[in-house]
Amino acid sequence: MIPVYTRPKSLTDVVTHYCPGCPHGIAHRLVAETIDELGIQERTVGVASVGCSVFSYNYFDVDFQQAAHGRAPAVATGIKRVNPECIVFTYQGDGDLASIGMAEIVHAAVRGENITVIFINNAIYGMTGGQMAPTTLVGQKTTTSPFGRDPSTQGYPVKISELLSTIKGAHYVARFSLHNPANIQRAKQGIKKAFQNQIEGKGFSLVELLSTCSTNWGMTPQNALKWLEENMIPEYPLGEFKTGEGE
Amino acid sequence: MSESLLMKGNEALAEAAIRAGCRFYFGYPITPQNEISEYMARRLGEHGGVFVQAESEVSSINMVYGAAGAGGRVLISSSSPGISLMQEAISYIAGAELPCVIVNMSRGGPGLGGIQPSQSDYFQATKGGGHGDYRMIVLAPATIQEGCDLMATAFELADKYRNPVMVLGDGMIGQMMEPVVFPEVLDATELPPKPWATTGAKGRKRNIISSIYLDPEELDAHNWRLEEKYRKIRESEVRYEVLHGDDAEWFFVAYGTVARICTAVIQRLRKEGVKAGLIRPISLWPFPDEAFEKVADRAKGFLTVEMSTGQMVEDVRLAVNGRKPVYFYGRTGGAVPTPRSVERRLRDMMDGKVPSQTDYFDRVGGAK
Repeated sequence: MIPVYTRPKSLTDVVTHYCPGCPHGIAHRLVAETIDELGIQERTVGVASVGCSVFSYNYFDVDFQQAAHGRAPAVATGIKRVNPECIVFTYQGDGDLASIGMAEIVHAAVRGENITVIFINNAIYGMTGGQMAPTTLVGQKTTTSPFGRDPSTQGYPVKISELLSTIKGAHYVARFSLHNPANIQRAKQGIKKAFQNQIEGKGFSLVELLSTCSTNWGMTPQNALKWLEENMIPEYPLGEFKTGEGE
Repeated sequence: MSESLLMKGNEALAEAAIRAGCRFYFGYPITPQNEISEYMARRLGEHGGVFVQAESEVSSINMVYGAAGAGGRVLISSSSPGISLMQEAISYIAGAELPCVIVNMSRGGPGLGGIQPSQSDYFQATKGGGHGDYRMIVLAPATIQEGCDLMATAFELADKYRNPVMVLGDGMIGQMMEPVVFPEVLDATELPPKPWATTGAKGRKRNIISSIYLDPEELDAHNWRLEEKYRKIRESEVRYEVLHGDDAEWFFVAYGTVARICTAVIQRLRKEGVKAGLIRPISLWPFPDEAFEKVADRAKGFLTVEMSTGQMVEDVRLAVNGRKPVYFYGRTGGAVPTPRSVERRLRDMMDGKVPSQTDYFDRVGGAK
């Protein structure tokens, strides 16, 4: 019998700490499949951030560094500058990347740092228990916006892909969603492109993945996926914002 | 034999770092240490090294974390407010046991303070400026030559103990010019391998660099393993200089720039028959308690002189442990103790008086 679906070589064989129904597992798998397909497991170094993915180093079977909150792009810069032959990626959530780590991600893009960034946007702080993120939608209830995010005092969602696509040093910036198989397939292609770019020395690549947090959104996993599709995609349109073509 | 060169302290330290095998430097502009960054920007490339100007001190020190974890010999430099911004990452670097060298050409604080020489970062450097139970080796040069020599030592100690090492200077050390003789360029390929570094898991198990231990038992074990390392450092890496330790009765205790002022005062006092001496800590952590053990029985008193309102004096009191009087004299904010003021404090002490702590209260009246 020929197995048609197996665990990627670059994923460790352990039970994750993620909640049931959490798309982190899907995103991990897509990254690991990409590493396998590109044959770069032995030269890949990951950088874990702070948030639910803080323990992602337990799940990828590659060298890893765990970074301080928001600083993964700076840590990745240090790794890449010492060993340019390594393929360096960060895996960051929206609290980490879009709030406390805004300076680091913007300036890694400005420098055109030849790294790959996997950015999980689920519009909330997951690990700390469901607080408002800069990406939280207007009206969305969280533990620190209990009456819904109010733009008059809490502002509007920050659109990272759009923002970074204005930066000349960013080579590839794209947003995908993990809410159904067709979109997951597209996300896979984007992730692969973002790693391929690094192998070819093309510079900074970021893939934003819309995701859910059924635990902190207070929904079933199915309803959360539906909520993502109906509410997040209108706010965060999918697509490639910068492809580096014609530059 | 190497020739003697007249160089500015900051540039000399940068050159010494390159000769000690440093190939990676991350920085952010701040006075009075910019010549280190500028020198590295000009010269590191000649040696196949990498210079990166980061967007902030926070980012630069996290680049150091990544680069040190990737096995590089890494230097970062800044001055007091910038070093404050780095404290979180220094705690991570210590927790993850990564080797790096941090230069602090300290200036007057608190807050934005001033840009003139100061020693008011002693507490931050030696007592754990960041969170958690950790220690950083702190070396304080008194001359530019010593700064260059200590730069090589700092990299060796950082690698040996997988720990951050700080070279703590002040604006004076950074900005003045002195003759300096450099060692030959160290062959960076002959440095000991770092099998723990994240270089890609080829033919080995993956390496993980982290400081997170959510299980209390594991974190307790980690902390006590670190403490055991720090105990070894306390035992083996104490550095100090004693002047006139064989006969001195009255001791100055000072480090860095201020130690040079005290040395000048001692020469004058000795001509007048006063048996004055100096204890100069070179390693501020580990603090050289043993220097005090050797002289405490004979000494009549200790006068700690600092460019602060009294920080190292606390460690001096712990070392002397009530056996003899310990007094303090200090200036801050870029004001430097004058030889005359320093001498007057010692003479007051010899006369059985309590020397005033500062010229400030002498002028305006108030607490002694």
